[in-house]
Amino acid sequence: MQSVVQTAGAGGGSNDVQWCFSQVKGAIDDDVAEADIISTVEFNHSGELLATGDKGGRVVIFQQEQETKGQPHSRGEYNVYSTFQSHEPEFDYLKSLEIEEKINKIRWLPQKNAAQFLLSTNDKTIKLWKISERDKRPEGYNLKEEDGRYRDPSTVTTLRVPVFRPMDLMVEASPRRVFANAHTYHINSISVNSDYETYLSADDLRINLWHLEITDRSFNIVDIKPANMEELTEVITAAEFHPNQCNTLVYSSSKGTIRLCDMRAAALCDKHSKLFEEPEDPSNRSFFSEIISSISDVKFSHNGRYMMTRDYLSVKIWDLNMENRPVETYQVHEYLRSKLCSLYENDCIFDKFECCWNGNDSVVMTGSYNNFFRMFERGHRRDLTLEASRESSKPRAVLKPRKVCAGGKRKKDEISVDSLDFNKKILHTAWHPQDNIIAVATTNNLYIFQDKMN
Amino acid sequence: MSTENQETEAQFESEEEKQDSQEKNSNPVKAEEAKLKAKYPNLGQKPGGSDFLMKRLQKGQKYFDSGDYNMAKAKMKNKQLPAAGPDKNLVTGDHIPTPQDLPQRKSSLVTSKLVG
Repeated sequence: MQSVVQTAGAGGGSNDVQWCFSQVKGAIDDDVAEADIISTVEFNHSGELLATGDKGGRVVIFQQEQETKGQPHSRGEYNVYSTFQSHEPEFDYLKSLEIEEKINKIRWLPQKNAAQFLLSTNDKTIKLWKISERDKRPEGYNLKEEDGRYRDPSTVTTLRVPVFRPMDLMVEASPRRVFANAHTYHINSISVNSDYETYLSADDLRINLWHLEITDRSFNIVDIKPANMEELTEVITAAEFHPNQCNTLVYSSSKGTIRLCDMRAAALCDKHSKLFEEPEDPSNRSFFSEIISSISDVKFSHNGRYMMTRDYLSVKIWDLNMENRPVETYQVHEYLRSKLCSLYENDCIFDKFECCWNGNDSVVMTGSYNNFFRMFERGHRRDLTLEASRESSKPRAVLKPRKVCAGGKRKKDEISVDSLDFNKKILHTAWHPQDNIIAVATTNNLYIFQDKMN
Repeated sequence: MSTENQETEAQFESEEEKQDSQEKNSNPVKAEEAKLKAKYPNLGQKPGGSDFLMKRLQKGQKYFDSGDYNMAKAKMKNKQLPAAGPDKNLVTGDHIPTPQDLPQRKSSLVTSKLVG
């Protein structure tokens, strides 16, 4: 199969989908408090719930309202369902280490009963949260008044059975498990296994396997720490379980490689089953090569046949059966190649962009700078650049495709590379598991876009 | 004669410039690398190697020097303690943060602005 290289093309987008603004959450003012910086976005398995985590350790969950007959032209809006403080800042006195409360990842568990469960993690500790609804309460106690005060026993002359009566919906979040003290380095990923009993957590050098019910033990399954730290050459950047093979996981590295491990092969999966790496043209080697090849995200396709990786400048799709090169490569912002020096100086070259698949694995999406985000349509070799901005935030307004001018004459409506705002980065995006609804996080705002329904 | 020389020199220069810009076009990354090396000639022999990784692994590490701390404490005994609240005019070295005047890292009890 030929490797398909995509360049910034016509930007017409798919002939079927026109993306429209739906909602935006968050403060309008430009003065962004550190705590409000969004650090993760994740739909649950049905798409009914959308969770965000922020630098302040807080989780906000939105719920899609049921479609009403009165509004056939749009899907339900997402409204706040629950919010809670997941993690707090800590100081490890023994190691003199400050532990941020920032939520690095949220992963939902598949729903088993009326309650919803999610895992949220900061650098060191993973927590399992239960989100449950309460819509009735018992009334008619014998010994208590309705407000809770105890009645004078001498006034109790009859006996009655308390009954449950409806009340205003209350959504409660409670921490059910705390998985702590298993990571020396900083956790970058968590991933729930398809067995729905175990999950992995990965830090810079190790990956651990947990059972959801057991918090005092975890198994180390990958350890790449060298005996001598002076020999350290690469770190783990992301890890994920295969969507339906419960024995298979992948992890990506700062050197641009992906290793697939089979837990059936050995208890310690230091020896990979497959190594995915695209050979580099030695004439292209530069100081920046390794930095820009570092993989910031890896995601399996829903069907489990492919995986996608994001490095600084591109998105690559790999066939799990072919290790020596990706089957598709899409350039996200190739024009940044001539800006690497300044991007290194302002640290932007270390930005960690995530990527995601749509429900049927036909389109992939990732963020860029200037609040732009990109979609690549795999079958049709089409790509699209859109912008998340307050200017294009009229209800159901169709988003206009954007184009960056790399050099030479700038056409009308194009924006030149030098005018891009590198402080406006879209690192986190999520796609509804079935529908064409996407959640795009700017620094402190959450945008929800939908396809136009006629 | 001299004008001729100058002209040929000018020609050569513009050809070099053309070559340069061609190189830039064909490999903008190499041009960026040259720029970086010009600015920071001592930049690591190991590009993207251990330096970055060690920095990444060290994130959050706070350092405390007990010698400095005790020296400062001894000094403080002889002087009045500096007024509570940050006095930005204090020369570093004279004022070592003590647990009492470090800002407390509390979690934000404020609700997220994403909530309406």
